[in-house]
Amino acid sequence: MFAKLALQSLLDRKGSVVLSIMAMTVSIFVLLGVEHVRHQVKDSFSNTVSGTDLIVGARTGSLNLLLYSVFRIGSPTNNIHWQSFETIAANPKVKWAIPISLGDSHKGFRVLGTTRDYFEYFSYGKQRHLAFEQGEAFNDVFDVVLGSEVAKKLAYKLGDKVVLAHGVAETSFSLHDDRPFQIVGILKPTGTPVDQTLHVSLQGIEAIHIDWQHGVKIPGSALSQSEIEQADLQPKSITAFMLGLKSKIATFRVQREINQYTHEPMMAILPGVALSELWQMMRILENTLLLVSALVFVAACLGVSALLLSSIRERSREIQLLRAIGASPSFLFLLIELEAVFITLSSIVLGMGLLAGSLVLSQGYLLAHFGLHIESNVFTLHSLILVSAMAVASIVVAFIPSLIGYYQARTINK
Amino acid sequence: MVITLSNVSFSYPEDPKRPVLDIPSWSLSKGEQVFVHGPSGGGKSTLLNILSGLLASTEGQVTILGQRLDKMSSRQRDRFRANHIGYVFQQFNLIPYLNAVDNIRLASQFSQTKKVSLVEQEIQQLLITLNMAQKDWQTPARNLSIGQQQRIAIARALINKPQLLIADEPTSSLDKVNRDAFMTLLMSIVGDNDISLLFVSHDLSLASYFNRVDALSDINRIKEEH
Ligand SMILES: Nc1ncnc2c1ncn2[C@@H]1O[C@H](COP(=O)(O)OP(=O)(O)OP(=O)(O)O)[C@@H](O)[C@H]1O
Ligand SMILES: [Mg+2]
Repeated sequence: MFAKLALQSLLDRKGSVVLSIMAMTVSIFVLLGVEHVRHQVKDSFSNTVSGTDLIVGARTGSLNLLLYSVFRIGSPTNNIHWQSFETIAANPKVKWAIPISLGDSHKGFRVLGTTRDYFEYFSYGKQRHLAFEQGEAFNDVFDVVLGSEVAKKLAYKLGDKVVLAHGVAETSFSLHDDRPFQIVGILKPTGTPVDQTLHVSLQGIEAIHIDWQHGVKIPGSALSQSEIEQADLQPKSITAFMLGLKSKIATFRVQREINQYTHEPMMAILPGVALSELWQMMRILENTLLLVSALVFVAACLGVSALLLSSIRERSREIQLLRAIGASPSFLFLLIELEAVFITLSSIVLGMGLLAGSLVLSQGYLLAHFGLHIESNVFTLHSLILVSAMAVASIVVAFIPSLIGYYQARTINK
Repeated sequence: MVITLSNVSFSYPEDPKRPVLDIPSWSLSKGEQVFVHGPSGGGKSTLLNILSGLLASTEGQVTILGQRLDKMSSRQRDRFRANHIGYVFQQFNLIPYLNAVDNIRLASQFSQTKKVSLVEQEIQQLLITLNMAQKDWQTPARNLSIGQQQRIAIARALINKPQLLIADEPTSSLDKVNRDAFMTLLMSIVGDNDISLLFVSHDLSLASYFNRVDALSDINRIKEEH
């Protein structure tokens, strides 16, 4: 009955209550959204590489190397010589080495040149390895393995032919259209940039560039398929490579050895360390965002309190009546708190619904453009904690009108 | 005795130097219905608020149904009021956005004397006794006529079976026909249920319904200075 009293009283003031709920819903949406995306971005980034001890590339910023080689964001790094790769891969402390060669694309998706080791050793998330949905790894020079998103978005199936383009623009005019690739495998979804990638062999990358110079096709040259296959397709350079070591203890030693490699300037980074450097940089931004959204929420709480306070003025006779039928002043305190709780709860439900809805809608976009896999399930332990904190905060802010209601109930007015 | 006052004095805390009430002795016995009249500003509402425990007397002994109100905490007085005293005002007796049934049910929630299952039945019985048409039971109180509202107010005041009913000018917003109907109904209900009634008004024409009529000026030694 008391809950009904509070509800009916809110319903009696529909207009202003609905507006307060809307303000609060938006603020909860923003606060939860910022927190959720922040966590998911971190998870998504940290899940992208695991089990890789070192990433090696040309000397550049460590972040740049990480972002370009793993996330395919940022500016391309210089290439390194194949010879250097072979030397380091031969190091007895190295368990496996995966070369990667970037720079080409297909309809906006990146093309990654690598070896078959990639499918065997590369891991993401909690030490999960790549798995094939259909087909198998490339064998031939002109074989290609698709990430799950690529296959889905472009509706490709095994056996289809695709033409790669030079450069990474979405619509490229320099097509390697004389050398189509055949799809031999499609990977299972990983929720990482792998899903957005086409994988070919290093020889394949070499083959499509065989009569290209400095990024431009040499006019008039048209080598036949068989001529190419007979040509020397040994890659001369690659973008970077990933290393797995036999023992983690050796990581820093190998890193030092690579950094001091004399034939070519190279750098080796620890993915985890580079990631935490990234978080370090983002922390100020994150905290600012969080602070702003928390303030928006506090403003909404104050709005609700203002609403409740003005209702107390209108309801002074109601308060007197409740007192006369036996309500204590603390009952009125609780009644006003209860109204605040109702407003907060309905806003939380609406805000979470709104967030889940917009995440579902923007999921595809984020994955396609930023390689970010954002979970649309907002009902995580973390957001539950956050929501409870918000409920508590709104109860605390509602102390103001509730206390005023309490004191109003203690005095008899004419 | 339902009410016994002795040497009760009262002044509002906001205005402590101006006493409003000074009552050497006054009482109401069980089953009695008393009409107390006095001029506006004479302290009638103040007296009723002290008797119901909404206000605490500044000095003196206030005994209601054998219990010393002046010795109770304000919380105890709230509970006592919910359990033993019914109250009807001049106006605003009902929560305007609740219907008749909910208004009465709400009053029953503050008292611990009732079994929930019985309450629903008693609400219906009271509404029937008070001549409320069933179609108006679910209407929000603000959409009912004043006459209907005052009748529901009686039902609300009686739901906890109080031994004492306090009425503060409940008829002053009613027209003559409605007022007579209201008074007849009220007097028959308190008579049937052996409820003691303290009824205050400045409208002396209502005195004919009562067998005991007191002037506040005879009870209260403080005279209104103009
Ligand atoms: N809350 C209050 N604070 C201070 N003084 C008050 C308060 N309420 C009433 N008074 C004063 O106490 C006196 C008695 O008021 P009360 O309301 O009891 O009169 P009343 O007999 O009920 O009048 P009416 O017939 O108009 O209802 C008046 O002088 C009034 O000004
Ligand atoms: Mg009065």
